[in-house]
Amino acid sequence: MNDARNSAGSVAELAPASAHITIRNLAKRFGEAVVYDGFDFDIQRNRFLSIFGPNGCGKSTLINMIAGLINPDSGEILIDGKNIRDVRFGYVFQNYREALFPWSRSIDNIRYPLKFLDLPRAEQRDRVDRLVEYFGVKIDLNRYPYELSGGQQQLVSIMRALVVEPEVLFLDEPFSALDYEMTLFMRDQLQRVFMKMQMTTVLVSHDLEEAIYLADDILLLSRRPARVADFVTFDLERARHADSLTDPRFVTVKGHCLDVFQREVRKD
Amino acid sequence: MNDRYLPIIGVAGFIALWYLAVVVEIVDPVLLPDPVDAARAVWTGMTGGSLLGDFLRTVERTTYSIVIAAIVAIPLGILLGSSERLYRSVEFVIDFFRSTPASAMFPLFLVIFGVGDETKILVASFGASLVILFNVSYGVMNARKTRILAAKVMGAPRLRVLTDVVLLESLPQTFVGLRNGVSLALVIVIVAEMFIGSVDGLGHQVIDAQMLFEMPEMYAAIFVAGALGYAFNLMFLIIEKRFVHWSGR
Repeated sequence: MNDARNSAGSVAELAPASAHITIRNLAKRFGEAVVYDGFDFDIQRNRFLSIFGPNGCGKSTLINMIAGLINPDSGEILIDGKNIRDVRFGYVFQNYREALFPWSRSIDNIRYPLKFLDLPRAEQRDRVDRLVEYFGVKIDLNRYPYELSGGQQQLVSIMRALVVEPEVLFLDEPFSALDYEMTLFMRDQLQRVFMKMQMTTVLVSHDLEEAIYLADDILLLSRRPARVADFVTFDLERARHADSLTDPRFVTVKGHCLDVFQREVRKD
Repeated sequence: MNDRYLPIIGVAGFIALWYLAVVVEIVDPVLLPDPVDAARAVWTGMTGGSLLGDFLRTVERTTYSIVIAAIVAIPLGILLGSSERLYRSVEFVIDFFRSTPASAMFPLFLVIFGVGDETKILVASFGASLVILFNVSYGVMNARKTRILAAKVMGAPRLRVLTDVVLLESLPQTFVGLRNGVSLALVIVIVAEMFIGSVDGLGHQVIDAQMLFEMPEMYAAIFVAGALGYAFNLMFLIIEKRFVHWSGR
């Protein structure tokens, strides 16, 4: 494990001791396409994992299987030895427009998942207040989602995912529908929240820069059937900011990931 | 000029054309009275004349029809829509009767329910309910998958997914059904009032005035029926805007 931490770009030894999510012998096919076959992986506790790989290799499928949105054909996914149904988790969809509830005010969207936890009213209020404070939200949460900009809507989605204080947070290409300026802003919001809440976070991204910028660990997947092409650790101290993108360590890791990616894409 | 007032142009144009047709006598003046006479017939009919009574009877019948149709069709539509396989298995029957002119059902309903108001109301309900049923089912079936997933991911049990997401998702389409349904119900009620042993209602008044050659009164009844149809539609649109504020956003 230390090896992986120290030298960017080496395949890590899986360390079950600190594993939060264990994936064993996972198999999934869609019709003819074998997406996963005998896939093993461990996701480390309280670290930020980015998943990156060629188009259609099954990045989203992987987190959807972990989050229980899709059933694997076979294999086992355990979170702290528990089934996903017994785990408190948050999930942020790519398409915030279709994931938020347009009939509820933004604040009620954020409160919605609390209905299914047994919490006293005061605690519910505190959680929402704390979250609003974390984010330093300047938007009027009494507005309906469709009255907000795309970035603000996705911010509401993320708050909705976080309000349950999840053990694991999943993000499926959360910023891909936003413009570049908003993407940069949202990355930093997400990073700040991660630093405050320190929870196991899994991000699927098709933007390598974003994947590395936010990550402690980067999982590079091969083409179908997906295998671990490489597992890279990026331990640049947080908070990272715009300058981090030109930091030599960032450049090295990005170069390495790009090499692996291109090697995988060119493979037949 | 403010865009809000643009519709006035069409109305003014229509009245001008009508007036012109009267002045140059394109049609026999007995068949086409001038617009002022028709307007006067509306006014006298609706203020103390018999037209008001007929109008209220038609409103009453159409209201019963749409209420009955909604009570039957909305829950049934939700039930059928929540299982696509269930809906597919009855889709042909629904589409078939939806395509059958409801007026063709009059004789059947007459045999069963007699010549009273029940027949008129029930045939109109029958027609309207199929339209509502079809729209509600599609509204439920086309609920955004992402939104349903989002609710599930947040831990909502199945029933809550239905009440918190699917029902609200289907509301815009339900209102489309209600608006089409009330238009159809009005058509059927008016036709029924014309031909099925009626003594009152706008349909009865139209045919009565025609037979007595009271042309201004006939036009008056036609316009009141038109205004009624428009008002029903507008009413549902206003309710929809108020309660389904997210529709189309």
